[in-house]
Amino acid sequence: MGLLFFYSLRNLLTRRLTTVLTASGMALVVFVFASILMLAEGLQKTLVDTGSFDNVVGIRRSSVSEVQSGVDRVQASIVETVPEVASGPRGRPLLAKELVVLITMEKRESGSRANVVIRGISEDSFLLRPQVRLAVGRTPKPGSSEIIIGRSIEKGFQGADLGKSLFFAMRSWTVVGVFDAGSTGFSSEIWGDVDQLMQAFRRPVYSSLLFRLRESADFERVKTRIESDPRLTLEAKRETTYYKDQSEMMAKFLRILGLSLTIVFSIGAVVGGMITMYASVANRTREIGTLRALGFRRTSILIAFLMESLFLGFLGGMAGLFLASFLQFFTVSTTNFQTFSELAFSFSLDVPITLKAMSFALGMGFVGGILPAIRASGMEIVDALREA
Amino acid sequence: MPVLLRLLFRNLLRHKLRTGLTLCGICVAILSFGLLRTVISAWYAGVEASSANRLITRNCISLIFPLPLSYLERIRGVEGVKNVSYGNWFGGIYIEEKNFFANFAVEPRTYLELYSEYLLPEDQKQVFLRDRRACIVGRKLAKRFDWKVGDLITLRGTIFPGNWEFVLRGIYSGRDSRVDESQFFFHWDYLNESLKKRNSVMADQVGIYILSVTNPELAAETAAKVDRVFKNSYAETLTETEKAFQLGFVALTEAILLVIQLVSFVVIVIIMAVAANSMSMSVRERLGEYAVFKTLGFGGTYLATMILGESLLIAVLGGAGGVLLTFPAANAFLNYLGDYFPVFLVTKQTVFFQGLAALAVGMASAVLPTWRAARVPIIQALGRVG
Repeated sequence: MGLLFFYSLRNLLTRRLTTVLTASGMALVVFVFASILMLAEGLQKTLVDTGSFDNVVGIRRSSVSEVQSGVDRVQASIVETVPEVASGPRGRPLLAKELVVLITMEKRESGSRANVVIRGISEDSFLLRPQVRLAVGRTPKPGSSEIIIGRSIEKGFQGADLGKSLFFAMRSWTVVGVFDAGSTGFSSEIWGDVDQLMQAFRRPVYSSLLFRLRESADFERVKTRIESDPRLTLEAKRETTYYKDQSEMMAKFLRILGLSLTIVFSIGAVVGGMITMYASVANRTREIGTLRALGFRRTSILIAFLMESLFLGFLGGMAGLFLASFLQFFTVSTTNFQTFSELAFSFSLDVPITLKAMSFALGMGFVGGILPAIRASGMEIVDALREA
Repeated sequence: MPVLLRLLFRNLLRHKLRTGLTLCGICVAILSFGLLRTVISAWYAGVEASSANRLITRNCISLIFPLPLSYLERIRGVEGVKNVSYGNWFGGIYIEEKNFFANFAVEPRTYLELYSEYLLPEDQKQVFLRDRRACIVGRKLAKRFDWKVGDLITLRGTIFPGNWEFVLRGIYSGRDSRVDESQFFFHWDYLNESLKKRNSVMADQVGIYILSVTNPELAAETAAKVDRVFKNSYAETLTETEKAFQLGFVALTEAILLVIQLVSFVVIVIIMAVAANSMSMSVRERLGEYAVFKTLGFGGTYLATMILGESLLIAVLGGAGGVLLTFPAANAFLNYLGDYFPVFLVTKQTVFFQGLAALAVGMASAVLPTWRAARVPIIQALGRVG
């Protein structure tokens, strides 16, 4: 068996050009397959990391996202008195009343315009989102025209620099800090004092409420309380669910795109593998005859050729994954149409994706190799030896 | 020359299986290349359908901020503006979120004047204009939900809360295939009066103004004039041509678009590798014959023509199959994903690029094998085994 294994390997070495071409075709397919999976994974990860499980978002019923939502001051104060809301450091309810609007900004590289989220924050906003850390500068003073910007905004948009001013809503706003929110959606936001922003944008209502639960298990109770209160027109969602819902459409789109592309591409690669393997069987008819005459069984021949093809798939898979792993350094910034705002996320490679891509590559090798291998193993010794 | 042609076809048919597989691979690759390019052009459908003499005015902060209704007369007064209509993105949901379609509240009379490419039968138009609760929908949308004129349609508002009831009074069709036939329009007054009744702050606010200009060549100047009127007001405007406005939407998702574009080239590269592989195998097997050819006095050019011809023949045949299959495939695609892409047309340009890609595959896959066959010394080729 060991002999046959080396026989397969050395065959690949002898036909270098063919091996490289076949394997690189497979590598490209694996690359596309892995990169789309990585993209969908990165998107999901970003939006799931964005929320905290113990936080609850309150938005106007059936408004889908914060941008469309409106919560007036009276309703906000009613929610503040809900007993399930946790208490903050000063004994007051740990609840942030926030404003979310979009402004148009120009991207640094392409100069094209994109919608950026501006979030009006209350004192508790930072406490409720421990994943948001100040990286440079300081937090804006309440009651001033100061803003802080997320990392992705600093990187991606023109004029978003520490110490500079941004002009919108007829005022100029000084950037006093940059915050780092890891790979969460908040990195693509600009934050400022909620009351100042509400005045500037002439919006008399908040967009959403965010509060921490006293007990994580209280969620169902607080949801019923808020949604059945006749004074309120709100719906309550766990923050994690809220952000997951927002990525659904895009994640689905990426998955459909990825799946259909992969299917089409793999046809090409399997055809390539099959051509290679059929040729390598045809070229070695006499060798196969010799091997059989020496006493190797049909199954051994079958396995040897299948192994060769699987090895081709393995080479392709390794090369494809190697290329795909570099994608982790790239960030994709695009508009999520469910929120109509810009969101930056990166390719994310993890073990399940690696395994999927690898088994996909081996699968291609198997499908491409099985028919030629059967042909090889089915040859009669005499006919094979007589072949010119 | 006929000898060369005969050789080409004979060589092509020598390994029927290999030729068949290669043909099939190229066919699939050209087909998917065509479909991907069509997806990209579907992205630009809104841009393609936009007219050169229409301008869009919107709030300069971003699209989610409205403009006051009082701007209407002031815009109408700007020199060069012929007609003005206005509307709001309504964002209503029909039963479930996945039944997404675009729905707008518009000022119906002027809107239909501006968008003369939406063809609505005259009697339906009159009824639509008279009935404040009326709505009209595109032909495709009506087909998708099986709506008939006279049906009652309820949308759940996401931006404007509540359930909104409409009576379907007309079904429009597009003047040509570029027109989006999956939209929903209703009276802006219906929306506004309901908002007024509720004392909503959103009453008397307009999402966008749509302007037509007297002279399309002066569109940019007219746009600048409109913006100047509202400079330093609390709602400054941004006026751009409809094309620029639509391109703005495309630019929002340019990252995804770029990925699709890249992928459409990758598929061609993959098939190049496959085709080059099968050519190089054929050439390797025939090295001995090539040596005989050389001995007989045929030059390297002759051999090169033979190999290149075979490779091109395979690519062209496969490419032609791919192009022919693109049309039924695009139709099938439209049936499944028509909700995402209102306009899905295989353009002449796409077919042209498909042909170009097939030729490129044929050329590229012949390069290495040709070089090898032309260069190999006769003795070595004759003495070679396997």
